[in-house]
Amino acid sequence: MTSSFPWLSLLLVIPLAGMVAMYFATESASRWIALAATLADLFVAVPLWWIFDSQTSQMQFTEHVAWITVPPINYSLGLDGISLPLVLMTAGIMPLCVLASWSAITTRVRGFMAVLLIMETAMIGVFVALDFVLFYVFWEAMLIPMYLLIGVWGGANRLYAAIKFFLYTLAGSVLLLVAIFVLYFYGGHTFDILALSQGTYPASMQTWLFLAFFAAFAVKVPMFPFHTWLPDAHVEAPTAGSVILASILLKMGTYGFLRFSLPMLPDASRFFTPMMVVLSIVAIIYGAYMALAQVDLKKLIAYSSVSHMGFVTLGLFVLNQQGIEGAVLQMVNHGITTGGLFLCVGIIYERTHSRLIADNIGLAAPMPQYAVLLVIFALSSLGLPGTNSFVGEFLVLVGTFLWSKIATAFASVGIILAATYLLWMIQRVVFGVPSPHHLPNLKDLNHRELATLVPLALLVFLIGLFPNPLVSRMHQSVTNTIASMSRVKVAPTAHPSAGGIAPLLADSGEGLKPQGLSR
Amino acid sequence: MSLYGADLLALLPELIIVVTACLVIVLDPITSFARRDLLAWLSIGALALCLAITGWQLNELNVRVTAFSDLVVVDAYSRFWKILLYGVAGLTIFLSLPYMKAERIHLGEYYGFILLALSGMMVMVSGADLLTIYLGTELMSLSLYVMTGLNRSKPRSLEAAAKYFVLGAFSSGILLYGISLLYGYAGSTKLALIASAIGARGTDDPLVLIATVLIAVGFSFKLAAVPFHMWTPDVYQGAPTSVTAFMAVASKAASFAAFMRVFVEGLGGLKADWSLLFILISVVTLVLGNVVAIVQTNIKRMLAYSSIAHAGYVLIGFVAAGRGVGASGGTPGLASMMIYLAIYSFMTLGAFALIAMLRKGGVEGEEIEDFTGLAKRQPLAAFIMLLFMASLAGIPPTAGFIGKLYVFMAAVEAGLAWLAAIALVFAVVSAYYYMRVVMVMYMRDPNPSAVAEPRLVTSPALSFVLACAVVGVIFFGFYPNPLVSFALQSVLTFK
Repeated sequence: MTSSFPWLSLLLVIPLAGMVAMYFATESASRWIALAATLADLFVAVPLWWIFDSQTSQMQFTEHVAWITVPPINYSLGLDGISLPLVLMTAGIMPLCVLASWSAITTRVRGFMAVLLIMETAMIGVFVALDFVLFYVFWEAMLIPMYLLIGVWGGANRLYAAIKFFLYTLAGSVLLLVAIFVLYFYGGHTFDILALSQGTYPASMQTWLFLAFFAAFAVKVPMFPFHTWLPDAHVEAPTAGSVILASILLKMGTYGFLRFSLPMLPDASRFFTPMMVVLSIVAIIYGAYMALAQVDLKKLIAYSSVSHMGFVTLGLFVLNQQGIEGAVLQMVNHGITTGGLFLCVGIIYERTHSRLIADNIGLAAPMPQYAVLLVIFALSSLGLPGTNSFVGEFLVLVGTFLWSKIATAFASVGIILAATYLLWMIQRVVFGVPSPHHLPNLKDLNHRELATLVPLALLVFLIGLFPNPLVSRMHQSVTNTIASMSRVKVAPTAHPSAGGIAPLLADSGEGLKPQGLSR
Repeated sequence: MSLYGADLLALLPELIIVVTACLVIVLDPITSFARRDLLAWLSIGALALCLAITGWQLNELNVRVTAFSDLVVVDAYSRFWKILLYGVAGLTIFLSLPYMKAERIHLGEYYGFILLALSGMMVMVSGADLLTIYLGTELMSLSLYVMTGLNRSKPRSLEAAAKYFVLGAFSSGILLYGISLLYGYAGSTKLALIASAIGARGTDDPLVLIATVLIAVGFSFKLAAVPFHMWTPDVYQGAPTSVTAFMAVASKAASFAAFMRVFVEGLGGLKADWSLLFILISVVTLVLGNVVAIVQTNIKRMLAYSSIAHAGYVLIGFVAAGRGVGASGGTPGLASMMIYLAIYSFMTLGAFALIAMLRKGGVEGEEIEDFTGLAKRQPLAAFIMLLFMASLAGIPPTAGFIGKLYVFMAAVEAGLAWLAAIALVFAVVSAYYYMRVVMVMYMRDPNPSAVAEPRLVTSPALSFVLACAVVGVIFFGFYPNPLVSFALQSVLTFK
């Protein structure tokens, strides 16, 4: 189905229009403008859920305008079952970020809100771009806004965290650019993502391209050895920054694996599956152990993100229907749950000006509503049946079980550890006995704060109890991705213009053997 | 006289510029200090006239007009560079109006020297003979030596001029020696005849290889490529900032233009040899430029090293042109260099304009620390600087990204993916020092004990320069098509 109405462009333009309007408005009005723009974006995005045709794996709501003529770079947008939930999640999270910053941000409010709106455009752009260069432009365009978000409005050690975030992600993604060009010259002189996904590439070249993609996406996820920017960035970022990072930015990495690595480089993906699974399991267990040791709430959740994102990459790289569907589901779930947890930390930080667990003990008595919501998000995060994360993690583990029973056993350790660090955190923060001089007189949630948390809490149960609408919408697209992976590998003879790579690797192609696939 | 009529017509823009330059220098002593602005406007008028003539001169894009028995050629390629150089010279003059007054060195002959340097550059870009190109280079360099030392009260400015002169003269000698060897080999200094001599006699002769290396060294001085970059930081730092901007942009563009013509049209038969040489030079240049820029505290010096690094990126396009295979040959590489240098002109000129007019109590604030807290005092100025820094770092959606896109695509097409990967990794290094400027502007609070806060002293002329630069950086970032097609058409007359 091709809709003639440019839904996706509208999604991209509304935040920018809000930014322009903000330029003419007063400092205090910029909050309302940002809220209006993000809500308008959400209202445009929500109908797509129903208009979306879940019976097809074709891109929907496509738009296609020539942008640069030589080389052919197009402004092509489209949605499929994989990007639809992520776009909706982004549109849903952003108004909450504006609300969460309502009273927390007091300096340079207009700049802050403008940065949030640029981020929204760039993030939605990443999920809907169907041209590889366009994707890269959106992918990189969010670097400077995010750098400013952490560096200008962040905590005490913000300068270090901001530049670390910036350089890590930039270093990862520059190699992606080279890989895009190599694909262009091999894949028939096109940057069209769908056309490149149909192409076949020599096995040896796939290995290199996979590693270049890996550098970009693994840093963003972040996978185990590249995760060190994440705790710093999370701790120093303002609440809205942490929520954007955890809920949306990290998903761009896993989205990249799913949209590019798997369909374009199927042989290399199979070849690297053991490595990816091992790294994922290391991330799951290591992240969980690190979370166990944290005294800072934000750091605890940051490391839990490392652990949970390990489940997502695990699900992706066991390369079967259950695993990938679980992974996509888990991307959305992690966005909702971890976003909620970071919002909770932001709310308590506004009151006690401390993120340390030791300073925030026994909140159940003074703040019962807050305590209930915090417990809901924590239980969702540890994967309690009935909440959203249970469905996703269960699917991922089923997929992993089909691939390797031992890997499943190791991954399950992460769930047990998650229960440990989250319940221990709840035990202290919610039900602990405060020392008398702590917690003077805390007010419970006001209406604005309730408005930020309750929608997420409702989604926790909605997806937890009725995952089927979400899963059915992604089903065709995931099937299509897996189908495109199992196509016959026809390595074309080396293109003369890329002689720099092919001869170098001509002998390493034999090592690629298809691993077991469930389908 | 009618014999030379057509030849002189081909050189009309150069003649206008030279005549205007002489006029400005003659008029200077009889112009009162208050009315020296008129000299600047006279120069601007001459540039506008030349722009019209150059635009009109070639209606057909693939026409090649030669003059003075093949000493000078007017083609689409030289037109591209001339239009770029007019723009850069014009913006430099606009920037100089407020800057030279603020520095109290508002001399009339300054504009004359800008025009003389420009005429030299124009000869460089349209020279079809090694000696013509050499003469253009010398005219440009001699004018620049004088302009560098214009700030007579500052020892740094004088030191820079002396250093620039000595090293420049040395490099000119090497270039000339290379030319003489090549003359001995080919029996001519005309590029076309040299190319046919190389084609007829093969490339085994050591004489031609030595000559190529010497010419490469001579040009590398002008391009500020490592290891011939030593003069750049001192000269860029010491020269008046408007002169630095002019040097960093116009002289680099003209040198690259002449360099490309000499090596592609004249020495194209040796491209297998020189592309190896320039792979080495480009890697060393961008590694050293980017790494040394990190430790600089003076922003002019930092941009000097950054301009060295950018020369490295442009050289990658050049290597790609030399290694180009397949149907498109070296065209993408050459076009990518032109696109890159045009975009580089906007962002570098803009950055230097901002630095020139960021003043604290009458003195130029040229330390990076002087930008501290600028976002709080002057948000728009800080945002403009942010744009230039992002563009220099090559972050989309600024034009700097488009420049890198074309250079690295050309490199990958020529089978040099590994070279593109190295260059991009060092682009990350460069992002560190560009972002440091953003960091001090946005994330540091101004020092309350400072005597005078550095502020951007605005004036209509400066606003015009910054507006042009910002429009260039944003417009070509979002819509590079006009620039790209202009560059692609301009390289068609090549070879």
